[in-house]
Amino acid sequence: MQQQLIIFFKSLIGSCKDLLPIILVIAFFQFVVLQQPLPNLGDIFIGLILVVLGLTFFIYGLEMGLFPIGESMAQSFARKGSIWWLLTFAFCLGFGTTVAEPSLIAVAKEAANVAAKGGIIELSKTAQAEYANGLRFTVAFSVGLAIVVGVLRIIRGWPIHYLIIGGYAMVVIMTSFAPKWIIGIAYDSGGVTTSTITVPLVTALGVGLASAIKGRNPMVDGFGLIAFASLTPMVFVMVYGMVIGG
Amino acid sequence: MSLLFEFFHTLKATLIDVLPILSIILVFQLLVIRKPIPKVKQVGFGFFYVLIGLALFLLGLEKALFPLGKMMAEQLTDPKFIYAEQAINAVPSWLDYTWVYIFAAAIGFSTTIAEPSLIAVAIKAEEVSAGAINANSLRISVAIGVAIGVALGSFRIVAGHPIHYYIITGYIIVVIQTMFCPKLIIPLAYDSGGVTTSTVTVPLVAALGLGLASTIPGRSPLIDGFGLIAFASLCPIIAVMAYAQLTQINTHKKQNIK
Repeated sequence: MQQQLIIFFKSLIGSCKDLLPIILVIAFFQFVVLQQPLPNLGDIFIGLILVVLGLTFFIYGLEMGLFPIGESMAQSFARKGSIWWLLTFAFCLGFGTTVAEPSLIAVAKEAANVAAKGGIIELSKTAQAEYANGLRFTVAFSVGLAIVVGVLRIIRGWPIHYLIIGGYAMVVIMTSFAPKWIIGIAYDSGGVTTSTITVPLVTALGVGLASAIKGRNPMVDGFGLIAFASLTPMVFVMVYGMVIGG
Repeated sequence: MSLLFEFFHTLKATLIDVLPILSIILVFQLLVIRKPIPKVKQVGFGFFYVLIGLALFLLGLEKALFPLGKMMAEQLTDPKFIYAEQAINAVPSWLDYTWVYIFAAAIGFSTTIAEPSLIAVAIKAEEVSAGAINANSLRISVAIGVAIGVALGSFRIVAGHPIHYYIITGYIIVVIQTMFCPKLIIPLAYDSGGVTTSTVTVPLVAALGLGLASTIPGRSPLIDGFGLIAFASLCPIIAVMAYAQLTQINTHKKQNIK
């Protein structure tokens, strides 16, 4: 118990250090550049304490729960030897964690607004909701596919850079064909798909798989799943834009 | 009292966010793998801590950092601040916005250091590489990448250049670096692009982009406001590979001296 407490306090201090840069930046710009006093000092102080505590709990739980479950599932699948179940799991994980992602829902709604104002879709609630849902499912599907391809890569041991560079080439080619209004949204949609809980879980899955399969190196083969998950949405959202409003 | 209420509200939202992941894990564990979860009590507590931690983290950000950061982004991009007593330029010169670039770089760096998903990946990378990759050095190189990315992205909005020239140039740099970079770091470098743009960085960076695009004459928030995040996820890839290359050159030099 005492040992647990020591670990907890150590990570508490670590979290304080992680937050120090933000505090310094905000203080410098507020006092030196903008030359204004801080509003609601009490709220800010409470907020900072919550952030430090939250970060500490998160990292503590990460090593207790998220990492072990990701790795143990990867190993069980590897031992079971059924590729299909593994790929189904990979797809579900990618699709399921993305489709409900709040930041994606927000971005899709915003994009529907923009599209309606720009006259690409009808200016009605149903048309906008349809468009936003279509975008969301497109992104979620592409993330599911990304994890599937990423897992296949780990199993087969394909070098990552051919796939990623191929993906880049696709993004570049699509950019010249896709309608202009979708490009900004497409580029940003790659960034919003990877949430704080998905990232550790997917990382642990990749590393666990690479260490369970003979001949794979966890460092070379285990990482890279997230890279796929942030690349495919760009391509698929541009395709979606081309299908909707050519 | 209202703080407690807000906490439970955020906790509920986080729980809904985690529910799909949790159900997928449980369904596959119980129906496909058909084995009990190893150390189920510890894992359960771990999930519980992650939930509580995320809820506290988000609540704190909402209370303290986001309002302040967004307000500062608005004030710094306000023409009244930028031109002070001078006449407002009809055609903006990119030199007028020096403080904005510095703020962009500083906020990009500092929010990336506090990004929980990057911390997770860095911990894993240090563990897997048996210490060859230092978690803190990795985080600092990613943060430097984000800082350069957001500053460059702000410059692009002010200058009004089309985004894809920058992004395509970035891709070309990544491809060239990939050929010369130590093989071990490549997948991790690619990953670090997607990891950076998460809970802390996105809201603040997006506020900065929208602030810039809506105050500079001739820019549209719809076309120019988007896209800062694309910069913030491309530049870390370059930065992490550069870090690996520099370390490699250093060790070579040391060996040569010996």
